[in-house]
Amino acid sequence: MARIGVFICHCGENISATVDVVKVVAEAARIPGVAHSVEYKYMCSDPGQQLVKNAIKEKNLTGVVVAACSPRMHEPTFRRACAEAGLNPFLCEMANIREHCSWVHEKGEATTQKALDIVRTLVAKVKKNKALEPIKVPVTKTALVLGGGIAGIQAALDIANSGHKVILVEKAPSIGGHMSQLSETFPTLDCSQCILTPRMVEVAQHANITLYSYSELESLDGFIGNFKARIRRKARGLDEKLCTGCGLCMQKCPTRKIPSEFDAGLGLRPAIYVPFPQAVPNKPVIDREHCTYYRTGKCRLCEKVCPTQAIRFGQEDEIVEAEVGAVVVATGFDIKHGDFFPEYGYGKHQDVIDGLQFERLASASGPTLGEIRRPSDGKVPETVVFIACAGSRDPAKGIEYCSKICCMYTAKHAMLYRHKVHHGKPYVFYMDIRAGGKMYEEFVRRAMEEDGVQYVRGRVSRVYERNGRLVVKGVDTLLGARPLEIEADLVVLATAGVANAGAEELAQKLHVSYDAHKFYAEAHPKLRPVETNTAGIFLAGACQAPKDIPESVAQASGAAAKVGALFSQSELVREPLIAVVDRQAPPVYSSCVGCFLCQSACPYQAIEKEEFRGRDGQVVKTVAKVNPGLCQGCGTCVAFCRTKSIDIQGFSHAQVHAEVLALLERGERDG
Amino acid sequence: MADFNPKIVAFVCNWCTYAGADLTGTSRMKYAPQVSIVRFPCTGRIDFMLLLKAFAGGADGIIVSGCHPNDCHYSSGNFHARRRWVVFRGLMDFLGIDVRRVQFSWVSAAEGAKWAQLVNETTDRIRRLGPFADYQRLRGLGVG
Amino acid sequence: MKTGFYPGCSMKGSAREYSESLLAVARVLGRELPEVPDWNCCGATAAHNLDHDLALALPARILAAAEKKGMDEVLVPCAACYSRLKVTRHELLEDEKLRQRISGLVEADYRGSAKVVNIIEWLAAVPDLEKLVKKPFQRKVACYYGCLLVRPAGIVEFDRPEEPQSMDLLMAKLGAKPIDWAFKTECCGAGFSVSRTDLVAKLSGLILEDAVSRGAEAVIVACPMCHLNLDLRRPNIEKRTGKKYDIPVIYITQVLGLAMGLPPKKLGLQRHKVAVKFAPAESPVPGVSAKRGA
Repeated sequence: MARIGVFICHCGENISATVDVVKVVAEAARIPGVAHSVEYKYMCSDPGQQLVKNAIKEKNLTGVVVAACSPRMHEPTFRRACAEAGLNPFLCEMANIREHCSWVHEKGEATTQKALDIVRTLVAKVKKNKALEPIKVPVTKTALVLGGGIAGIQAALDIANSGHKVILVEKAPSIGGHMSQLSETFPTLDCSQCILTPRMVEVAQHANITLYSYSELESLDGFIGNFKARIRRKARGLDEKLCTGCGLCMQKCPTRKIPSEFDAGLGLRPAIYVPFPQAVPNKPVIDREHCTYYRTGKCRLCEKVCPTQAIRFGQEDEIVEAEVGAVVVATGFDIKHGDFFPEYGYGKHQDVIDGLQFERLASASGPTLGEIRRPSDGKVPETVVFIACAGSRDPAKGIEYCSKICCMYTAKHAMLYRHKVHHGKPYVFYMDIRAGGKMYEEFVRRAMEEDGVQYVRGRVSRVYERNGRLVVKGVDTLLGARPLEIEADLVVLATAGVANAGAEELAQKLHVSYDAHKFYAEAHPKLRPVETNTAGIFLAGACQAPKDIPESVAQASGAAAKVGALFSQSELVREPLIAVVDRQAPPVYSSCVGCFLCQSACPYQAIEKEEFRGRDGQVVKTVAKVNPGLCQGCGTCVAFCRTKSIDIQGFSHAQVHAEVLALLERGERDG
Repeated sequence: MADFNPKIVAFVCNWCTYAGADLTGTSRMKYAPQVSIVRFPCTGRIDFMLLLKAFAGGADGIIVSGCHPNDCHYSSGNFHARRRWVVFRGLMDFLGIDVRRVQFSWVSAAEGAKWAQLVNETTDRIRRLGPFADYQRLRGLGVG
Repeated sequence: MKTGFYPGCSMKGSAREYSESLLAVARVLGRELPEVPDWNCCGATAAHNLDHDLALALPARILAAAEKKGMDEVLVPCAACYSRLKVTRHELLEDEKLRQRISGLVEADYRGSAKVVNIIEWLAAVPDLEKLVKKPFQRKVACYYGCLLVRPAGIVEFDRPEEPQSMDLLMAKLGAKPIDWAFKTECCGAGFSVSRTDLVAKLSGLILEDAVSRGAEAVIVACPMCHLNLDLRRPNIEKRTGKKYDIPVIYITQVLGLAMGLPPKKLGLQRHKVAVKFAPAESPVPGVSAKRGA
C-alpha cells in the first residue's frame, strides 16, 4: 500500500507568485496513495529537508515527491535527505513546477492546474519506483598506456609517479615517437632529443613502469577497472638479458642498404639495427623482412661476432597477458605520404621532400649530420621553397581539416635553413599563418623579420624539374595575384597530419569511436577531451587530432589525472539507473529470446550474452545480460526489445506509462 | 476551434531538451501552458507505441524532442529515435491519424527560446486541428 | 551499345583532318559513327559567357536529339564541345526544375540517358587495340591534354586532373614512347587565339619549349583548339620566341591511323601548318620497320 509524501515548495515567491500552492497541497492530498501533503517556503533549506525526514519517519512513507525546482538542481539534495531518514534515495522524485511551470506561465487557474498535473504525474511515477542500491565494481590499479611517444611517456610517468603500476606498449623498437625524429622544437628551438631522452630513460628505469617495446596490443577484453589485455611481444631475435647494446652486430651486418624508417627514408640502416643512438631500450632488432638469413638461410654473422652470444634466430613472438584497470591511448599520428601530389612531383623528384625528411636533414644525428643537403646530389641548396598546406585544408585532396602544426614547423624549418646556410634563400608559400600558442606568433615574426624568410601568400600550382633545378610555379595574392616562378634547389612540403596506419584496427579492438579521418573520438569535444565513450579508456596526444608537443603533454597529464581519479577508489560506485534484463525461474529463465538487437543498439558494448544450462550441462538458452559496470543508462535497448524483456531502472515501462496516463487524467484544460 | 485548449504531452530527453526547457524557465520566457513534459534519459528510450497510448489517454498532440544529431549524450540514441519516427509516421498515416499531431524536434540545452517557440507553435497547430476525438469515439462503441 | 557522333563546328571546318582521321580509323575498327541528327553548335565559349540558359539549351538540344535516336552514348572528339555537353548533362541531372525548364526551351523532354564520352575514353574501351598496330609509332611523344579533357574533375570524373595518364597509356599501346613532361595540362591561350595572339604565342611557346627540351618528337593532342594554337600559330610562336620549332602536332586519331598502316593522305596530315615529318629513327628496334613521316 503506497504511502507517498508530497512536499510543495513556495521557493520564496518564485512558485507561489503564479501557482496557488495551497490549492495544490489540498488537491494533492486527495490523490489515492498520498499519505502526507504539505507546503513550505524553502524546501531545499535545512528546516525544509528536516520536514521531509520527519514525515518519512512519522508517516512511514514509502515514497517522496518534492514539487519545487528542476531535478537537475536539487534531486541529489533530496535523495540524500531521504537516505539519511532511512528511505531508499531512489524512492524520491522531484516535480518540476518552477522552471517548467511557475516561471513560464501567467498567474491563474491554468498554471495551478498544470502544477497539479505535474505533481500527479510524479506521484504516479514514484509509486512504481523500486528501491535501488548503488553498483560497486572493483578496480585493478594498473594502467595500460598504448604508444611510447611524448604523450604516452608523459601519461606513463604521471600515473607511475602517483603510485600506480603502468604497462607501456610501443610498436617500434624504441620509444620516443616522432618527437625523437625532430631536430629542434618550436617555439624555443630546444633540441628535441635533449629534452626527450631524459624522459625516455626515466620511463625505462621507473620502478612502476613495465616497458614492452617492439610490441603491439593483440586484444582487449573486459570493462572499466577490469580489463584483460593480451600483448604481442614481437621477436627481436635476441636474448635481452644477455645483450649489452655494444653494437658490434650492427657494425658487421653485411646487409646495410635498407632505407631507415627513423631517417624518413633519407638514410640507410643494416638488417640488425637500433633505430637511433639514444634508443630506449638500446637493444637491436633483427628485421626479418630484409635479413639475409631469413631470406636465404645464409649469413648469421651477427651471431658469430656477438660477444655475449645473445642472438636468437629462432625466437618467436610471445603473448603476455595483463590485467589493467584503465587504458590510455597515445598512439600518435603520421604525415601523409604517397602519390597524392603528382603536380608537385612528390615521390617523383628526389628533391621534393616532406617535413619529417627535412627534420632529419637538419638533425645533427641525421643522414647528413645536420647539414642541409639535397637528397639527389648532396649539394647544399641555395634556394629552398617551403609549401605550407600541402594537402591540408583541401577537399580536393580529401583532407578538409587544418593540421595545426605545419605553419609553426615550416617557420622553424625556414629559420633552421637560414641558420645553417647563411646565404640561402628560403621562400614559404602559405594560405594563412596559424600561430595561436604561447610565443608562437612571435616565433613566426622572427622568421620573417630576423631570419629574412620570404613569405608569399599564394598557392603553388606546379613543381617540375628543368635543367637540374626545380621550377616552382605559384602566385602572390598580396601583390594582386601576380604569378611567380621560382627556381629552387629543394622543395619541402608540409604534408597533412593523418592518423597512423592501423589506427582503425586498433580502435575496433578497443571499441573506441573514430571519425572519418580515423582520428579517435573524444567523449565531448569541449568538456571531456581526454575521455572516450568507452568507460575506462582515455586519449592523449595526436591520435585524437593533430596537435603540438605542449598540447600532447597537457592532454597526457589530463588523461593521467583521470586515471588517478579512477584508481583513487577501491571500488567504482555508480548510479544504478541502468538497464536490466528480465530473469525468471527455470525453465523459463528469461522472457528474452536472445535476438540481441539490444546489443547492436548499445553504444557502450554493455550487453553481453549469458548461457543457461540444463541439468545435463547443455545450453538451454542464451539471453542478454547487462554489464552493470558499462551501462550508461540511455535506455535505447529498452525501446528496441520486442518482448519488453529489458527495462531500465528509473525510467521503466511501468513508470513512464504511469506518468503519461496520470498526465492526461484531468479533463480538458481551461484558461 | 479557437476556444479549445489542447492537451499536449512532450516526451523529452534529460540532457538536452529538458535542460533547454529549464533554461526557458530561468530566462522567464512565457509560453502556452498546454504542454507538459515527461522526462526520459534519452530519446532513444522512447518506445513510440507509448505515443499511441498517449493519444488513447486523451492527448490531442505530442512533442518528441531530444539532442541535435551528433550531440546525443549517449552518442546514438537520437539517431535511433529519428529512425523510429520515420517508421512511426508511416504507421500513423496508415492508421489515419493526422501526422501533424506529432511534432518531432531537436532542442539543445542552450535553446531556451526554441523550446518556447516550439511549444507555442505546436499548441497553435493542434488548436487549429481540433481535439483528437477518434479514441473517444471508439470508447463509445465499447472499445478500449 | 549504340554510339552516336557529334562532330561540332571545328571538326567540319578548321579541324577537318581530325574528323577524317577519326572516320578512317572507325572504318578499320568496324565501328559505325552515325552523326547526331540535325545537330547544332554546342555554344562553345560564346554561349556560356553570355547567357546561362543559352549555354545549357544548345547542348541539351543536341543530347535530346541523340536520345531520341536511341543512342546510348555520344562520342564528342572536340574537347570544348565535350566539356559543354558533359557539363550540361551534369547540371540538368542535378537540378530537376532546371531540367524541366531547359527541356521546355528546346521543346524536347531531355532525360540524360545518353552518356557523353571523349575520344580517349572511347579509344581506351576498344578491346585489343594493340593487335591492330601494323606499324608501331616508335617516336618519343609529348601527350598534351589541355584544359578540358580531364577538368573539372568533379564533373568529368576521368583520369587524374593534375597528372593525367590516359593518353600516355594509349600512345604506349601504339608503340610510342610517351615522355614525362611538365606542361601536360598547362594553358595554350585557348580562345585568345584571335583577340590576343601574342598571349597564345607566349603560352603555347612555353609548351613547345618544354616538350622539345625533353626530347619529344611530336606533340599529341585530342582537341582542335590545342591543335590550332600549337600548329597554326607556329609562325607567331617562332616570331615571339625567336626560335625555330619543327615539332609536329598530331591528333591522336591520326597517330592511330598511321599505326594501323593507313596512308597519311587519308588522315589529313597534309592539312597541318607544320609538316609532319621526323628525323630518321636513331636506333630502330630490330625486326620492326622504322617509322616514316608525312
